[in-house]
Amino acid sequence: MAYPEELYYTKDHEWLRVEGDEGTIGITEFASDALGDVVYVELPDVGEKFQQGKPFGSVESVKSVNELFIPISGEIVAINSELVDAPELVNNAPYGQGWMIRVKIGSKTEIDALLTSSEYEDFVAEQSE
Amino acid sequence: MIRKATTHVNQNEGLIFERSQPGRIGYCIPSLDVDEVPIESLLDGALLRDDLPGLPEVSEVDVVRHFTRISTWNFAVDYGMYPLGSCTMKYNPKLNERVSRFEGFAASHPYLPDALAQGNLEVLATLEKCLAEITGLPGVSLQPAAGAQGEMTGLMVIRKRLEARGDARRRVLIPDSAHGTNPASAAICGYEVQTLKSNSQGGIDLDNLRTVVDDGAAALMLTNPSTLGMFEENIEEVCRILHAAGGFVYMDGANMNALVGVTRPGDMGVDVLHLNLHKTFSTPHGGGGPGAGPVAVSEELTPYLPYPRIVAESDPSGRTKWKLDYNLPDSIGRVRAYHGNYSVLVRALCYIYALGPEGLREATETAVLNANYIAHHLKSDYEIAFDGKAMHEVIFSDKRQSKFGVHTLDIGKRLIDYGFHPMTIYFPLVVPGAMMIEPTESEGREELDQFIYAMKAIAREAEENPELVKRAPHSTRIGRLDEAAAARKPVLRWKPVRTAAKG
Amino acid sequence: MRYIPNSALERADMLREMGRESIDELFRGIPANLRLRTPLNLPPAFSEPDALRYFRDLASRNSTRTTGRRSAMFLGAGAYDHFIPTIIDTLISRSEFYTSYTPYQPEISQGTLQAIFEYQTMICELTGMDVANASLYDGSTGTAEAVLMAERVTGRSRVAVAGNLHPEYRQVVDTYIKNAGIQADTIPYCAESGTILPEAVKIGSDVGAVIVQSPNFFGGVEDLQKLADAVHSAGALLVVVVAEAMSLGLLKAPGAAGADIVCGEAQSFGIPLSYGGSYCGFFACREKFQRQIPGRLVGQAIDAQGRTGFVLTLATREQHIRREKATSNICTNQGLYALMATIYLSTMGRRGVREAAVQNLQKSHYAAARIGALPGYKLRFTAPFFNEFTLTCPRPAQEVITALLDDSIVPGVAIERFYPEMPDELLVAVTETNTKAEIDSLIGALKRIGR
Repeated sequence: MAYPEELYYTKDHEWLRVEGDEGTIGITEFASDALGDVVYVELPDVGEKFQQGKPFGSVESVKSVNELFIPISGEIVAINSELVDAPELVNNAPYGQGWMIRVKIGSKTEIDALLTSSEYEDFVAEQSE
Repeated sequence: MIRKATTHVNQNEGLIFERSQPGRIGYCIPSLDVDEVPIESLLDGALLRDDLPGLPEVSEVDVVRHFTRISTWNFAVDYGMYPLGSCTMKYNPKLNERVSRFEGFAASHPYLPDALAQGNLEVLATLEKCLAEITGLPGVSLQPAAGAQGEMTGLMVIRKRLEARGDARRRVLIPDSAHGTNPASAAICGYEVQTLKSNSQGGIDLDNLRTVVDDGAAALMLTNPSTLGMFEENIEEVCRILHAAGGFVYMDGANMNALVGVTRPGDMGVDVLHLNLHKTFSTPHGGGGPGAGPVAVSEELTPYLPYPRIVAESDPSGRTKWKLDYNLPDSIGRVRAYHGNYSVLVRALCYIYALGPEGLREATETAVLNANYIAHHLKSDYEIAFDGKAMHEVIFSDKRQSKFGVHTLDIGKRLIDYGFHPMTIYFPLVVPGAMMIEPTESEGREELDQFIYAMKAIAREAEENPELVKRAPHSTRIGRLDEAAAARKPVLRWKPVRTAAKG
Repeated sequence: MRYIPNSALERADMLREMGRESIDELFRGIPANLRLRTPLNLPPAFSEPDALRYFRDLASRNSTRTTGRRSAMFLGAGAYDHFIPTIIDTLISRSEFYTSYTPYQPEISQGTLQAIFEYQTMICELTGMDVANASLYDGSTGTAEAVLMAERVTGRSRVAVAGNLHPEYRQVVDTYIKNAGIQADTIPYCAESGTILPEAVKIGSDVGAVIVQSPNFFGGVEDLQKLADAVHSAGALLVVVVAEAMSLGLLKAPGAAGADIVCGEAQSFGIPLSYGGSYCGFFACREKFQRQIPGRLVGQAIDAQGRTGFVLTLATREQHIRREKATSNICTNQGLYALMATIYLSTMGRRGVREAAVQNLQKSHYAAARIGALPGYKLRFTAPFFNEFTLTCPRPAQEVITALLDDSIVPGVAIERFYPEMPDELLVAVTETNTKAEIDSLIGALKRIGR
């Protein structure tokens, strides 16, 4: 199970990659494994704004549906439209081609509320006990 | 022990569209006996279509062969046991089928004047009376088309009553073990759902209930026996708690087949109950419908039931005349056109009359006995949930088998190879890896023993040859289908292979 | 009891094997004060001959073409007497179809699943839509579901409903939306044509959908193309309700005229009248809305060896997964009745459906032309119609119905109950099952009592 060090994490199993004023967001490998085969990802429209922790979409497997919560407040600047035809990218490359949205970050101080790689790894270990 | 009969697995048959040949005819209706006029003189050409190229052209023989062949790919109650917990797959008496097809019922129009539909109205009035007696709740509506619609109807009745008192309230309380239709029905009625955690025995935690029931709680939706197959021992206290706070108790009657003739929800203090006629009263499931979901309510709630209601009048000679009463100002309205799933209602009445009071009780007792018999014999091989409290269904989990990488789904699929339909799997959600088994009263001892044998054999296989179980079923026409691929790129209809357009 | 295999002896034996003394022990979870001490107050069990006699007697107290006061019927209003090929009952009487469960286990349910896939295909063809579900309870609840779906798709909480929608469908819609935060306005029908005129479709930007029935409750065929243009220009969806599915054999597919959702009642396709149920609600929409459709869907799939089969799919929309956030609370479909429609549409096929539809058109016009020419009678509306028309009688329609009882004719439905402003109006349906002799006797009887 991978927990890339440069990312920030939520207890809802989303990750955030910060690049300048923008952040890229997806779900963790742990989450994509737990879901099983992803069959559909529902994403917001570019231009929509979300507050930290609010649902921005959902991810579906054959027999489950889970809401996605945004790790940081911001405005959507891009969505991964490849997921429409290939939702399996979320399983195959959760930290890469399986990314979901990119946001213009509202306030970087919100990052303090997120978990680091090692904190998230510990959290997952706790959950699995 | 011999394996049971299985369905026909190797008959090949394409789609009906693939049988189509230009010019084949499967029907014969009389030729037109009035003077024909050009269609265009009756309807503007812009309103018309030319043709129905997507419908097949096949002979009667083609149709019969096609549907007979594909039917053999189904498992069915008449082949053998469907141990589906909560779904209650019992034998469907053939007498009910015959009766429901009587011309006077089957060919009667829903808008027949009441004077020409006295037989139908009497069937409805009689069934209402029977269900009121069985449930102990005096007001019955037969209009809801299925259990989920019955739930919606019952909650709307509660809401309307609360509104009449001045406050519809906001929340409906639902235990975590409930069927998914409960919260979905509450949502349609405009209620927030508050989930109640079951206690360690799978029942309602009274202390917790007392803290969450306040003047915002419209109702508690309770399945009894619960989806865990256990009777709610504190049901009277539960009702008292709700009533004291001005709320109502809605009982999901999905498991009423464990209670008929033994106890009555109305006597427990329940205010509203829906029944699934296709479960308790043995109307056929039909591969997924039609069902019927009558609702029974207390006297206080009766004025709010859907309209029309059937009322009796005496004609001058003193004979009963039935008529439909539409003038019900407090009614929640209509939930379905006409009179509900009437053909299902006729079957249910026929079932009740064929069993009589003793037979109904015997069916209940035998269903509970059969489930306990299975529990008794399988708990050495499978982890049982809530030992010793099962009524008409029993829940095991895959805890022991999962050590070998064999899970509930695999065990269910492997049952197919032994000639049984899988049990209900992964429900209720509160038992991880749940396997819920409900034999019903329709199974004789040999069938139960064969089932027990199959389950024991699978437990052994899980240990000795887990791959065999994980790749099951092995005896069917197709293997496990790739449901993920099907959901990613849905193909939901057949399309003709078009020949290349002329250049 | 003959439906319970285990005898009393066997049951006692099983109890002994389990170390139990009595059946009562198994019910000890039920508090003693709640257990019934006496048998239920129901009649004693009927023997099979008794039951047959009892129900035959009840059935004979209903009037149909062959029972009770054997009558010629001209009743429609959403439930139609059409010819039903014999093989439908033969085939649905196969235990494999009617005693099987919902096809959640595809390996042993391919018969049901393939039949539904064929049904979905046929409904798409008839409606001109991309996606059809596995069926809903009936036309009325399907219409309510369409309203709820339109709200989900558009996010707008108002709908505009045609004033000539089947009144019972409208009642069901009102019940469903009452607590869902949706408001329904009524679009008045044109007093002359009985149809909805495009200029009547004046809707605001908060209206998500316009619900129109064609043929409408009065029998009139709506100009869907013009309505679609008006509705779409306001950014709303057009929902077309079809209560007489036989009309689809002749009329342009609603999808081809611009509908976004098409729902209705498939009873006309081989399903007995049965006093209003069970019927089969069909429901179809454009592909872009497929994840918002209520009810079950069957899709094609392959197994590990590449063999094609069918499964229930896109299940995450449904209540058993999404619970209170599901697209609908519906659990079941009308499996067996969707199968009846599939067998009907296969048997009648490309030619038969059209031929039956044409006969409906011809016979109803034969009747309407002659009745409309009788002194005192006239057709209430001017719009073109398919197999049903609204007749203004020289006296209250209810009186006409009563007067014709002795002639063994039920001339139609008095619509005063739904439209108090039309006490003299009778809704008359004529299908391919009404013979010329029956129609002529109706004409004669109406003429006699009209004087």
